Amino acid sequence: MSTTTHNETQIVADPVMPTITITREFDAPVANVFRAYSEPDLVAQWLGPRSHKMRIDHYDCRTGGAWRYRTSVEDGEVCFYGSFHEVRPNERIVQTFTFDGYPDGVSLETMTFEELGEGRTRITGLSLVESLESRDMILASGMEVGVIEGYEQLDELLATQA
Amino acid sequence: MTEETLSRVFSALADPTRRDMVARLAVGDATVNELAEPYDVTVQAVSKHLKVLEDAGLVSRTREAQRRPCHLEAEVFDLMTKWIERYRREAENRFRRLDAVLAAMTDDQQLHDQGEAAS
Repeated sequence: MSTTTHNETQIVADPVMPTITITREFDAPVANVFRAYSEPDLVAQWLGPRSHKMRIDHYDCRTGGAWRYRTSVEDGEVCFYGSFHEVRPNERIVQTFTFDGYPDGVSLETMTFEELGEGRTRITGLSLVESLESRDMILASGMEVGVIEGYEQLDELLATQA
Repeated sequence: MTEETLSRVFSALADPTRRDMVARLAVGDATVNELAEPYDVTVQAVSKHLKVLEDAGLVSRTREAQRRPCHLEAEVFDLMTKWIERYRREAENRFRRLDAVLAAMTDDQQLHDQGEAAS
């Protein structure tokens, strides 16, 4: 079911499997979307909670590569890291994702890039974790982590669109 | 909602059968027997699951009649919807920044395409 118009993000939390599926469309050709996901200079401009606070230690987006970045939070810094299991240009990125505050937890993330024609692209991200409990905690973590910053940015965006 | 309550909700919902029961109760109240019907388990097993859901505050049971139908506490259901919506909004935020990055790349890409066509 989709009642949202344009490119709005959709999220599905599966009731039985510990997964989160995220879908979004972009007004850009698949090659550009893939570049924005795979080139560290471009990644730094959008992935972190606030672009200027995100610091990429390394981001080697190719099969067998690894990544690690840090973002500033109120009481210090948090770090995220993982490996690139498979990178297939313009089609697919499979990687692991770990938050250093919870090093036993690892998410397997499969991002699929799909050319829609007329210069549009759909991405579908599937995150798989070890239990429904972990999955729900990830969903609920938005209640505390990054939400305030997120809302500030949303406010700014909404203000410019008014 | 305290952290302890929240963690009880997480572990209560960590079981697929209990999640399914919650989905069933979202449609309407039901008795233990009615809840047990679709599963290949005993009424006792379903009662155990119900107890976990009750302890987490997800489900309540009326005392009045012998039927004692189970009732889903809508507030907790709302909580889950809220988690997902906030998570979604955060992602949407991130993707709007990506929209801006992609918009700035358009000119680059046209040059790149022309370069490829020429080679």
